[in-house]
Amino acid sequence: MSPAPENNMVKVVVCGAAGGIGQPLSLLLKQSDLITDLALYDVVNAPGVAADLSHINTKSRVTGHGKDDMDAALKDAHTVVIPAGVPRKPGMTRDDLFKINAGIIAGLAEGIAKNCPGAFVLVISNPVNSTVPIVAEVLKKHGVFNPKKVFGISTLDVVRSSRFVSEVNPSVDPKSTRITVVGGHSGITIVPILSKIPGFVEGLTKEQLDALTYRIQYGGDEVVKAKDGAGSATLSMAYAGARFALTLLEATVAGKTGLVESSYVNLDADKESTAAFKAEHGLDYFALDVEFGKEGVKHILPLPQVSTYEQTLLDAAYPELKTNITKGASFVIGA
Amino acid sequence: MVVVCGAAGGIGQPLSLLLKQSDLITHLALYDIVNAAGVAADLSHINTPSKVTGHVGKDALAEALSGAHTVVIPAGVPRKPGMTRDDLFKVNAGIVRDLAEACAKHCPKAFILVISNPVNSTVPIVCEVFKKAGVFDPRKVFGVTTLDVVRSSTFVNHIKPQFEPQSNRITVVGGHSGATIVPLLSQIKQVTFTPAEIKALTNRIQFGGDEVVKAKDGAGSATLSMAHAGARFTISLLEASVSGKRGLVESTYIHLKGNAGAEWNARSTGLEYFAQDVELGPEGVANVLALPDLSAEEDALVKIAIGELKGNITKGVGFVTAIPAAKL
Repeated sequence: MSPAPENNMVKVVVCGAAGGIGQPLSLLLKQSDLITDLALYDVVNAPGVAADLSHINTKSRVTGHGKDDMDAALKDAHTVVIPAGVPRKPGMTRDDLFKINAGIIAGLAEGIAKNCPGAFVLVISNPVNSTVPIVAEVLKKHGVFNPKKVFGISTLDVVRSSRFVSEVNPSVDPKSTRITVVGGHSGITIVPILSKIPGFVEGLTKEQLDALTYRIQYGGDEVVKAKDGAGSATLSMAYAGARFALTLLEATVAGKTGLVESSYVNLDADKESTAAFKAEHGLDYFALDVEFGKEGVKHILPLPQVSTYEQTLLDAAYPELKTNITKGASFVIGA
Repeated sequence: MVVVCGAAGGIGQPLSLLLKQSDLITHLALYDIVNAAGVAADLSHINTPSKVTGHVGKDALAEALSGAHTVVIPAGVPRKPGMTRDDLFKVNAGIVRDLAEACAKHCPKAFILVISNPVNSTVPIVCEVFKKAGVFDPRKVFGVTTLDVVRSSTFVNHIKPQFEPQSNRITVVGGHSGATIVPLLSQIKQVTFTPAEIKALTNRIQFGGDEVVKAKDGAGSATLSMAHAGARFTISLLEASVSGKRGLVESTYIHLKGNAGAEWNARSTGLEYFAQDVELGPEGVANVLALPDLSAEEDALVKIAIGELKGNITKGVGFVTAIPAAKL
C-alpha cells in the first residue's frame, strides 16, 4: 500500500508553528488521524520543531518551512491555522498588539490568497476582533474571499466558561457542558450566555454572576498576570485551537454532521440567518454558534434568547466591536 | 495526584498539557524552580476534570510532592549540538538527586518516572537515594525510554509504509542513549528488511535524539515528541495502577533485582539496570518479560550496550554512594 494519493491529501498548515502557542498546537494536531500532511511555517525554528514532531508515530507527514519558504508551506493547504504574532505582557490589552500583529496577519493572508485561496483559515492571532477582518479584506482584494471559510477562534472563551462554571457549581460537568459565547474575543466583547444552562444562573447571587462573567471575560488577563512577563495563555490556547480545528476537520473531511462551535465569523457566511441582526447592529462580524458542514459554515445559529443581564453585556459589546472591526478593515482598505 | 517536576520547561509544559487531558488524573501538581505558577494558571483553564496547582522554588517542593501517586521528572538541561546525553550528567545528576531525596521523604510510595538525561545514570541515582532512605521499591522506579519505541515505529513506517506505526509496538532494550539503544527489529513479523535496512534503521533509532538536536541548531532537543512519549508511558502506568487494566506492556529502563522475571535478564547481562519489555500492574512492574531470541546483529549490539551501560550505571550509583551519609 503506497502513501495516501494526492486527492486524499489533507494538508494543515500552522503559521507561527515555533511559537508559544504554535508548538503545543502542532503537537496536538500531530496526534490526529484526519491530517495527512502537517506543514509548520515560522520565521525562525520551524525545521527543528518539524524534526521533533516528525518522530511521533502517527499518520501525518511533517514538514518545516522557514521565512523564505511560505509559498511551499501554504501550497495545496486544506486548512491554515494562524497563531503567529506577539503575545501580551501584563497591563496590555489585546488591542495593544494590533500594531505588530496586523502586519503579520496581512502578510500571511496575502500568501493564502496566492497559494491556497480555497483553504479554511482559522485565526488565533490577537486582537481577533480586528485580525479576522484583516484576513477577509485581503482575500476580498484578491477576489477569493469565502465567508464560510474564515473563522476567528474564540473557543478558549467557551472552554474557560465551562471550566469556571463547574468550579462555581461542581454538579456541572466541565467536559460535556458546552456554553454559547457570543460577541468577540476580548474583555467586554466576550458575552457568555449562562442563562442557557438549565438551573444554573438561578442559583447565583448577583455578585457571583458578576464575578463569574468578569472571570470569563478577563481569563486571558488572569494568565498574563500569573505568567508575570513570561507570556500569555499558550497551552490552554493550543488545546482550544486544536479542539476547534479538529472539529472543523471532522465536518469538512470526515463528513460528520451536527457539529457546533462558537466562532467569530463574517455574517455573510449565512445571510439568511443574520440579515436582521446585521441591519439592526451594523456589524459585519460577530461570534455566534456555528454549525459546520463540508463547506465550512453550514448555518449560523441566531442569537439566542438572552436574560436582561446578558442584554446589558451585549449592549456594551456592540460599540467596542464596531471600533475593532473598523480598525481591522481600514488597515487593509486604507492601505 | 500526579506531580511534574520541571513542569515549566521545554518538555514539562507540553507534557503537562497532555496529562491535563487525562480523565485518570484528579490533581496535577506542577513544580519548577521558576514559572510554574503561570503554567498552572494557563492549564487550569482547560475544561477537563483535574485540579491544577503550581509550586515554585525548593521551599514549595514538599507541598508539591505530599500525597503524590506518581511523579514524572523531565527537569534539567537539554543537549546542544555535539553533546552526548552523558555530557549533561554534571548538571542533571544533582537536580535529580535533590528531587529524589524530596520524593523519598514526602512520597516514598509514589511511582517515579525519570525523563531527565542521562537516563542510564539518573535512574540509578534515584534508586540509590531511595535505598539509602530505606524506602526503595524496584517495582516503582522507571526510566522513560518510550521515545525510542515511538521513533522505532515511525522510522520503520517511513521505509515500509505497510507497517502501521500507531498500532504496532516494537521492543527496544538496553538503555536510552546512542549505542545502548537496541531495537529488536528481528521481532517484527509484518515486514522484512535487508541487512542494509536493518543497519540504517538501527542507526537512525539510536541517534534519533541527535537528529533533533542538530535540526534545532542550539534551540533545544526533542521536547514535543518526548512529551508525547512521556505522556503515553505515564497514562499506561495509570491505566494499570489506577484503572486496574491488565496486560499493558511497555519497554522501560528499570532496576532488575527485586522485579519478577528479571533474574534471567540480570544473569545474562550482568547488569543491575536494563531496559526491556515490562508488563505493568497495580504495583508498577508486574512482570519483566525475558529477552526473546536475538538475531546475530542484535546480540552484538546488546554486548556493546552492556559494555557502555556498565559505565553509565557505575557513574550514577557512585554519584550517590560517594556522598557522606551525614549529608542525607
